[in-house]
Amino acid sequence: MDEMLSLLGSTLRLSAPLIFAAMGGLLSERSGVIHIALEGMMMVGGFAAAVATLSFHSPLVGCAAAVIAGLAFSALYAALVIPFRANQVVAGTAINFLAAGVVPSVSKLLYGNTGSTPSIPLDERLHWAGPVVGAIVLVAGLALLLAKTPVGLWIRFAGEHPHALASAGVNVIRVRFLSVLAAGALAAMGGATLSLSLSSAYSRNMTAARGFMALAALIFGKWKAWPAFAACLLFGFAEALQNRLQGVALPWKPDETIPVQFIQMLPYLVTLVVLAGFVGRSRAPKALGTQF
Amino acid sequence: MKLLRSLLALALGLSLGLAVTAMAGENPWHVLQVLIKGAFGTRYDLGMTLFYMTPLLFTGLAVTVAFRAGLFNIGAEGQLTMAALAAAAVGVLFPNVSAGWAWLFAFSAAAFVGGGWAAIAGWLKARRGSHEVISTIMLNFIAASIASYVTLYVLKNPETQSPETLAVGPGYFLPQIPGLGDSPVSGALVCGLLSAAVLSWVFERTRWGFEMKVVGQNESAARMAGISVGRVQILAMTLSGILAAGVALGEVLGSAHRFKLGFSPDYGFIGIAVALLARGSPLAVIPSAFLFGALHKGTADLDIETEHVTRDLTLVIQALIIATVSAEGLWDIWARRRNIKIKQKGAQAHG
Repeated sequence: MDEMLSLLGSTLRLSAPLIFAAMGGLLSERSGVIHIALEGMMMVGGFAAAVATLSFHSPLVGCAAAVIAGLAFSALYAALVIPFRANQVVAGTAINFLAAGVVPSVSKLLYGNTGSTPSIPLDERLHWAGPVVGAIVLVAGLALLLAKTPVGLWIRFAGEHPHALASAGVNVIRVRFLSVLAAGALAAMGGATLSLSLSSAYSRNMTAARGFMALAALIFGKWKAWPAFAACLLFGFAEALQNRLQGVALPWKPDETIPVQFIQMLPYLVTLVVLAGFVGRSRAPKALGTQF
Repeated sequence: MKLLRSLLALALGLSLGLAVTAMAGENPWHVLQVLIKGAFGTRYDLGMTLFYMTPLLFTGLAVTVAFRAGLFNIGAEGQLTMAALAAAAVGVLFPNVSAGWAWLFAFSAAAFVGGGWAAIAGWLKARRGSHEVISTIMLNFIAASIASYVTLYVLKNPETQSPETLAVGPGYFLPQIPGLGDSPVSGALVCGLLSAAVLSWVFERTRWGFEMKVVGQNESAARMAGISVGRVQILAMTLSGILAAGVALGEVLGSAHRFKLGFSPDYGFIGIAVALLARGSPLAVIPSAFLFGALHKGTADLDIETEHVTRDLTLVIQALIIATVSAEGLWDIWARRRNIKIKQKGAQAHG
């Protein structure tokens, strides 16, 4: 029983960064903009959060810094894909490259190395309950926003029938731009959760494709808030299981443990299988990836 | 027009990248000098630039071929990892094959495994609708785990602490290109150049190259024309993986003669920048790969030669180049001006 509870606990904790990123992706993609750059947003968010927490000794300042960094990078992304009409997948990849290059460069300037930031003292870290509760509140809020409010309707129309929305006198460009900005801030919060709550520092490439997993969760969840949340829990569970299986003996050879490499690939394998098994049935927003 | 746009993007990316180094407190002129000296300063430096160019030729072509069919293969990294592992495994397990046959044997294994690894993503895209960007990223991580397991537990070289496999048999060694100051440039470079030429021919002269283009530009038109879109997608991805497998030639057969864990400094990802700068033309991949090879060699020296700037600058420059090349609107502004001028001229002629 204890074992089950602790597995449940770590599932929730490990899902939180994915949930933040997936909800960011939800806003952006429902408004019609593919968001491959969630990974990069998580990177800069996680790094900025660690730097600010180390300088100001407060995880809340850290979170604020993550949001600002996420907004800055997503403004760049939004500028590339909306007014400059770059291919969204290609531009997203460029932003991911940029994040992967800027973070170690700044780290070198601040701390003299490109690896990880100094360790954040225990009492300055984010308590795990914060991000978990925050993530669940966020899902509920976004589900309501999209389903029940005029703003939600605009976002959905920008992604389904942008021309109809424009005829109704709403500025499609502005709706999409703001959705992409919010997506960056949310994904950056996911990154902050990684560096401030799940670990004690930002270390190089610690996002480990979570931005892409969040996208997979979004697709698996049919671009809806609660189903995407459930998909994040599934990936979080795979990660929790991965941690739990390390050092466990092989059932047929009790004196040998399962090779760590096979355990490490578990979350990626689960993502691949889930994506393959269920995607055919989920429908993307009609105008996703198109220019307006 | 295409060429001009690529050159402008390159200039813009480089100058923005150097401007960033100025913000970091370096003299950008000095950084540029380090880059150029590092890439071309001596025969050996030029050789190392060509050495890095070789895998980038293959990954650049790999991304190009997938892109033609409308697929964004960001999984060349995983494909080349699996392929190099396969080539090394063949060379370790059958060490006594004679030169010539050994090359063919090892490359066939690499192409089979690398192509197969990419075909998974192609199949998932064509038959299950999984977005290739997500599935190839996942396959990259899975490939890294497999490579780590095989290197550390199956083919481990017991004589060293570093994570590498046993050496392949001497028959597998590719001949070196002389005159480049002991840099490890091998015949793989020639293979890469030939691949670019062959691919260019496939694109321009074969039905298959045409089908890929149609699928890439308009899927529903392709379907209307009776082209099996799924089949073309799977084949394009497979070909992409086979091209990525070419990296095994330069690394396993040409220089290291074994599989070293983490040998690739993200050749697969740099290949994306190479391909985008080349804008879909296999022949243009050659100068593009050369440039990025030089950039990679040049930035490697930044760690030592400057105080604040590291080799990560290369990622920033790549990002800036990709962003500027792909930002259609940026070029429209410029093209519109030109069009207006042309129209004015036309009006004058008519008037």
